[in-house]
Amino acid sequence: MSLTAYLTLAALVFAIGLFGVLTRRNAIGILLGIELMFNAVNINLVAFARFHGDLLGLVFTLFTIAITVAEVAVGLAIVIVIFRVRRTVEADRLDLLRG
Amino acid sequence: MDATVWLPVLVLGLPFASFVLLAVVAPLRRAGRAAGAVSIAAIAAAFLGAVLVWSVGFTREATWTWIPADDGPTATVGVLVDPLANAMLVLVTLVSLLVQIYSLAYLHDERPPSLGRYYTFQSLFAFSMLGLVLSPSFIQMFVFWELVGLCSYLLIGYWYARPTAARAAVKAFWITKLGDLGFVIGIVMLWAATDTFEFRVLFALAQEHALAIEGLGTIMFLIYLGAVGKSAQFPLHVWLPDAMEGPTPVSALIHAATMVTAGVFMVTRAQPLFALVPDVLALIGWVGAFTALLAATMACVESDIKRVLAYSTVSQLGYMMAAAGAGAPDAGFLHLLTHGLFKALLFLGAGAVIHAVGTNDIFRMGGLFRAMPQTGVVFIVGTLALAGFPPLAGFFSKEAILAGVWEADMTGPFLMLALTVLLTAFYMFRVVFLTFFGRAPAAGHPHDPSWTMRAPLWVLAALTVLVGLRLALGDVGAHHGPGWLAPLSVAAALGGIALAWATYQRGVVDPGGLAATFPFSVVDLLARRRYGLDTLYAGLYRGFLLGFSRLIGWIDRYLVDGVLNFLSAWTLRGGDLLRHIQSGHAQDYVYGVAFGVLLLFVWSQWWPR
Amino acid sequence: MTVPVLSLITWSPFAGALLIMFTARYRPLAVRLIAVATTGVSMVGALWLYAVYDRDAAGFQFYEKVPLVPPLGISYELGVDGISLLLVLLTAVIIFAGVFASWTVTVRSQEFYALLLALVTGVFGVFVALDLFVFFLFYELAVLPMYLLIGVWGSSGEIRPRGIFAWAYRETGVGTKEYAAMKLTLYLLFGSAFILVGIFALYVNAGASSFSFVDLEGVSFAPAVQRWVFLAFYVGFGVLAGIWPLHTWSPDGHASAPTAVSMLHAGVLMKLGAYGVVRLGMGLLPSGAVELAWLMGTIACVNIVYGALSAMAQTDLKYVIAYSSVSHMGIVMLGAATLTETGLNGSVFQMFAHGVMTGLFFALVGLVYEKAHSREIGKMGGFGAVMPGIATAFTMGSLSSLGLPATAGFIAELLTFLGAWRSDHRWWLFPAVAGTFLTAVYVLRVAKQIFWGPPSPHFQHLEDARGPEWVALVLLVTVLVLFGMVPGLAIAPVDTATLPLLARIVGF
Repeated sequence: MSLTAYLTLAALVFAIGLFGVLTRRNAIGILLGIELMFNAVNINLVAFARFHGDLLGLVFTLFTIAITVAEVAVGLAIVIVIFRVRRTVEADRLDLLRG
Repeated sequence: MDATVWLPVLVLGLPFASFVLLAVVAPLRRAGRAAGAVSIAAIAAAFLGAVLVWSVGFTREATWTWIPADDGPTATVGVLVDPLANAMLVLVTLVSLLVQIYSLAYLHDERPPSLGRYYTFQSLFAFSMLGLVLSPSFIQMFVFWELVGLCSYLLIGYWYARPTAARAAVKAFWITKLGDLGFVIGIVMLWAATDTFEFRVLFALAQEHALAIEGLGTIMFLIYLGAVGKSAQFPLHVWLPDAMEGPTPVSALIHAATMVTAGVFMVTRAQPLFALVPDVLALIGWVGAFTALLAATMACVESDIKRVLAYSTVSQLGYMMAAAGAGAPDAGFLHLLTHGLFKALLFLGAGAVIHAVGTNDIFRMGGLFRAMPQTGVVFIVGTLALAGFPPLAGFFSKEAILAGVWEADMTGPFLMLALTVLLTAFYMFRVVFLTFFGRAPAAGHPHDPSWTMRAPLWVLAALTVLVGLRLALGDVGAHHGPGWLAPLSVAAALGGIALAWATYQRGVVDPGGLAATFPFSVVDLLARRRYGLDTLYAGLYRGFLLGFSRLIGWIDRYLVDGVLNFLSAWTLRGGDLLRHIQSGHAQDYVYGVAFGVLLLFVWSQWWPR
Repeated sequence: MTVPVLSLITWSPFAGALLIMFTARYRPLAVRLIAVATTGVSMVGALWLYAVYDRDAAGFQFYEKVPLVPPLGISYELGVDGISLLLVLLTAVIIFAGVFASWTVTVRSQEFYALLLALVTGVFGVFVALDLFVFFLFYELAVLPMYLLIGVWGSSGEIRPRGIFAWAYRETGVGTKEYAAMKLTLYLLFGSAFILVGIFALYVNAGASSFSFVDLEGVSFAPAVQRWVFLAFYVGFGVLAGIWPLHTWSPDGHASAPTAVSMLHAGVLMKLGAYGVVRLGMGLLPSGAVELAWLMGTIACVNIVYGALSAMAQTDLKYVIAYSSVSHMGIVMLGAATLTETGLNGSVFQMFAHGVMTGLFFALVGLVYEKAHSREIGKMGGFGAVMPGIATAFTMGSLSSLGLPATAGFIAELLTFLGAWRSDHRWWLFPAVAGTFLTAVYVLRVAKQIFWGPPSPHFQHLEDARGPEWVALVLLVTVLVLFGMVPGLAIAPVDTATLPLLARIVGF
């Protein structure tokens, strides 16, 4: 399979993830969308590592996976606290910082 | 500094010292009569000095730097003493002295602080007028010109709580200011061309025919405009009758004998320059004669005794200017001097009458000769002088003017002036007959005024007679025109007197009927409406000037500032609109970031390198 | 050791401000005494400076220099020449009178006086600074306290919104003191942006080595640079000088400001704008000045006539005086635009004369407002009978305003007229002269409406000036008459400065 195929796959996954971030009402849904975007980035990195024979791509992938894990942990913790305080996780209702 | 310099400076300085003293030392000023004493003492001493200067006949000039500049002073101050100035010194100090003494009695009922204020201004006026006549340059003359205008404003508005007086004071200031605009433009242009304001230098240049500057005619015309305002020539004469709102002694001093003559004095002083522009002189002559006639017609229909005298003054000023315009400035100046005496006399006499009767309306007076014989006598002396009856002073000066105008081949002005002789006699004797003769009104016990008011009257009357005799015996600078001139002017005077006698004393001629017949009806109508000039000025002021200013004010506040407020309001509104970008929803921000990244991507790929 | 007089004069009020804030809070009398003392020091300093100034030498005297940032060429450099000498004296006189005119400020007087004194330090600094960076610093110091002074201690009026922009008037709150404060400060800062750009342009074009005026004077800039930078300076300083159409901050600002602030602002700060044009614009950019003199003069003529007509139409006393300032600043700018010795002398003299006169007017207006609690001319009348002292002072101010001889205003206007007719645009003489007539109309009309006539039924219990209030009036009237009668006192030193300035310009 050519490099292009992998990159196309990654782009599609990224687009789906972005769409999810922009349109999901539920905060956890948004976090899932962010996860998809991260995974798309990972696919990209691994694909380039494979087709250019460079290990650096795989090193970066490990980095991003670690960061993703941390981010998910913190993000879910924030969502839980928000739920405790506001009794809702709907993104539309969380606008305390509006101008 | 030798006597020829410090003596005139002293004459100038004494009223100034009196003014400063009264202005600064408030308790002295508020004491009223004490202030009057100080002022009178100063002017009396100045009078003595003036007589001394005049009798010895000093001729001297001295100047000091006033506005310095790198290559010589821009303006100087100083004194120029010569026969012209000396005569004026005596006139100004004499009439000031008499008027100030007279005022003690006339303004007897004033509150002391107000009286103090009056004398402060009188001192300032004396100083200013003396400074004007002693001026060696146009700039100094202008300085004192404005200062006498200031005193006029302050003294017309002496009873400032009266709205009519307040209006009259500002009107006088503004109308004369219009003339002064011309004056200042003229001297600025003259300075730019010649680098000097000083008479001595300018006259020397004129003599050497080195004054062929382009536009000299315009310059001299503009300078003449100052005289038009100050000496109440047509069409800037409208302030003088209204100026009668001031106390009568003020009218006598400022608006008859001295300040208003400043214009004539200036034209006479600057004669060497005016001689270079005969067109302007001709204009001066025509305007002067026209003013004389116009004012005389208005005096014929006035019922306020002071206003009759005011129009009479305008008329006589016209005579003086006509003489200057005809190239006979000596005649005009002689008339200035004689007129100063008998007009002041008439005003002070009128003041005595007003003081006694309590009204200015001649139709509410009558038969006063029996009640106030002394006043009557001096008033009639003054009237005869004004009418031009020999051997009183007025006859000689008037004849000199007529002769000068005739010899300058100015027929139009001559006819106007001759007719005015008749009218002058008519309206003055109209006043005399209505005021002093005829039936007395029922109310009141009028009587001759106190000695303080009577003495100045007698002094002036005596001088009128004496000066006349002196002119008759000597041949002091008086013209004698063609042989038929003297009889003609006397006949005209007699004609006017006879007409007045017939109309107002004997009742043979009905004034109403006379006024109704053509062509008198036209003149009567116009004269009663003052030829529409007052209405015109009022309309220009209220309608045009104030209206235009309101327009500008509106434009500034609502258009010029409006644009600014518009920008400001839109900044506020813009901020309000932009505020909504900050929705508070994290997703919207992500949207923005994503969109921005897209744009960057497009730009990086498709922008031509 | 020579006493650094200029620094003393400049920083003495600031020291007073600090003293007040740290030692005299909640003690009103102490506040005032400190203010009087420190401005008194400045006044004495200015008078001494005036007396000792060498009238035969051109150039800057009483020079002080302390390097601040040598790599950038910034130093604390002070000096006076004939022009700034007169303006320093003016500032000292006005602030000294202003301190007395504010005697009756009751609310938070310590902050008021502290801000006022800080502001005055800025003004003094601008007049004596010879380093452009420090000049700008002082300039900002002279502008920023205005916001607080007007916004807190000012007075609001009422302006009915009309015209096509009426909604904007409602939205921005026209007429309130907060509006006036904001408008004045923002507009002046807008102008200062242009000035800053100009300063930097000159700095860079001169080789980025020095901000010193003395050094920059020797540099010959390219004509295009001169033209644009002069324009920048003209617009930037012109806002402060109140040139049309950038003058509209002035009526609202002066009307809403407290008395001493108006005195200082109309009396001194507007002159600062003109001084900037003359010192930086004409002094450093001669060919630019020659090229754009026509613009300066024409707009000045507009100022004169337009300002006078606007003043005629006003019904609020403070607005009359404010527009009168706009009109008289036109004479200042016109005199400078004539590029002649007499004209420029007249311009500087008018800066001084008008400064004193308008200081007097605002002091008087403040007094009338305090006694009558109204600024509406239509309701007033017959005040002269109960407040003769104020009436007299007002009349004297009016006479100087319309240029009556024996007052300082006459000398200023005469010199400007002479300069105008000798300039390259002779027609400027006519609007200028017309301006004096229009001034006579509105100023005497207002005096008549307020002080003459029968007593107005709207006011009772009016009284004349009392105690410390007299100080300001007597001082200012005396100065007006003194310089009107002996103009040589001012012209001699000024001439030493204007001649070399013009020599550089006329060379083009």
